[in-house]
Amino acid sequence: MTSTALDFWATPLGWSLITVGQILLVTVVLLLSVAFQIYGDRKIFAGVQMRKGPNVVGPFGLLQSFADLGKFVVKELVIPAGADKAVFLLAPLISVTLALGSWAVMPFGPGWIVSNINVGVLYLFALSSLGVYGIIMGGWASNSKYAFLGSLRSAAQMVSYEVSIGFVVITVILLAGSMNLQQIVESQSGGFWNWYMFGGGLANWPILLVTFPMGVIFFISGLAETNRPPFDLPEAESELVAGYAVEYGSTPYLLFYLAEMSNILLMSMLFAILFLGGWQAPFPTPFTADWAPTAVSLFAFMWLFLKTIFVFFMNAMVRAIVPRYRYDQLMRLGWKVFLPTSLVAVVLIAAWRVFGPQA
Amino acid sequence: MSFSARVTQAIKGAALMDFVGAFGLAMKYMVRPKATVLYPFERGPQSPRFRGEHALRRYPNGEERCIACKLCEAICPAQAITIEAEPRADGSRRTTRYDIDMVKCIYCGLCQEACPVDAIVEGPNTEFAVETREELYYDKARLLDNGDRWERLIAKNMELDAPYR
Repeated sequence: MTSTALDFWATPLGWSLITVGQILLVTVVLLLSVAFQIYGDRKIFAGVQMRKGPNVVGPFGLLQSFADLGKFVVKELVIPAGADKAVFLLAPLISVTLALGSWAVMPFGPGWIVSNINVGVLYLFALSSLGVYGIIMGGWASNSKYAFLGSLRSAAQMVSYEVSIGFVVITVILLAGSMNLQQIVESQSGGFWNWYMFGGGLANWPILLVTFPMGVIFFISGLAETNRPPFDLPEAESELVAGYAVEYGSTPYLLFYLAEMSNILLMSMLFAILFLGGWQAPFPTPFTADWAPTAVSLFAFMWLFLKTIFVFFMNAMVRAIVPRYRYDQLMRLGWKVFLPTSLVAVVLIAAWRVFGPQA
Repeated sequence: MSFSARVTQAIKGAALMDFVGAFGLAMKYMVRPKATVLYPFERGPQSPRFRGEHALRRYPNGEERCIACKLCEAICPAQAITIEAEPRADGSRRTTRYDIDMVKCIYCGLCQEACPVDAIVEGPNTEFAVETREELYYDKARLLDNGDRWERLIAKNMELDAPYR
């Protein structure tokens, strides 16, 4: 590479081109992952019920999601009479924009991150809180009582569980001493005993009793946050038909669905990053010292990939085996169980940081 | 609930014991053979007594079995069968009209039980969905045609079921 080329990539234009390229790469890979995630979800759900699941389109039905994509895109777009057209069409766009925007701060490997901002966790929180707006707007603009009820439920649910997720993440921030996701991952290097699920280091063994339940609470709250079963009350196929999405069809529905599935993937990966060491291998890796940087990054990305798949598998299994919660049970679990527990955990871990061996 | 039972339940809930049990069960079912039948290519088993689409049978020499006794018309609880009869040129009594309204029919099988000559039978066919209601008002030609088409299977099923009749 000549020096003029180097200069070009350092100019604002070149830098912008690189960033756009990174964004495109992440988005395309993400959309492909979501396609196969939906396929995997359906296959796991079918497997537990001794069904075969999608198996017609392509080998083993692998292209099912792409066939569904084609079906959604060619369908007629119906806007209900009395609907607020602008808001009705804006809602799915907001949902999908926020869902894709969250991926900007996810560390995929050492140095593999679109925007390495130092408050990545806060950024994720801001976007996931805004995600409620897409659903509320969609439910309200549909001018249908089912959609409206679904969106109200969804808003209450997401707000409730965001609180406990916030406290759980604070425990991780306290342990890592940073809100930068890349640094949170780097602080868990060296082996699985350094992951925050297991207390973050052998010296921290007593707080394993706190961090492990925190991981479980984060996982369950993540289910509620992404409206996954057993907390899929906003959709509630049996009473609300499809909840906030009941009046949607065609591409807007596709966008809602895409946003939801990409949020599920985001939550799975966030769990892997915060609690399972992100792209760190579960054992010390001195043998990668003389590898090429790209090989090291790919090796790291493989571990993040495997962990995300594992978390998503658990997510899909929960969907298959846990019956849906009643609405008051959902609220009770969020406010009366998770909130106090995570609050106590924050206090305990803060005390450990101040008075423990690392103080 | 007693205090100790509450504490036990709380501990069980916190340890996700129910979830772990369900997870194990789900994994067990996941590796079992699938129950799916790929319908148009594979079919589930069907009893020889299966009561599907009706058919009017013929004797091996091509003569239709039905003698217009109207027992089926009389017994039909849905009154789906309409028969008109006249003596034929050779003097034998035959139907001039034999209609079954497949929309009215409840597939109870009483017509084939009432028939003294095994003329009207319910065959094994279930795939006779059509696009209009009119197509389901079967006439004599359609029923005889069904009989010719399904005769081999119907005869086999009747033979299999004969010991229990």
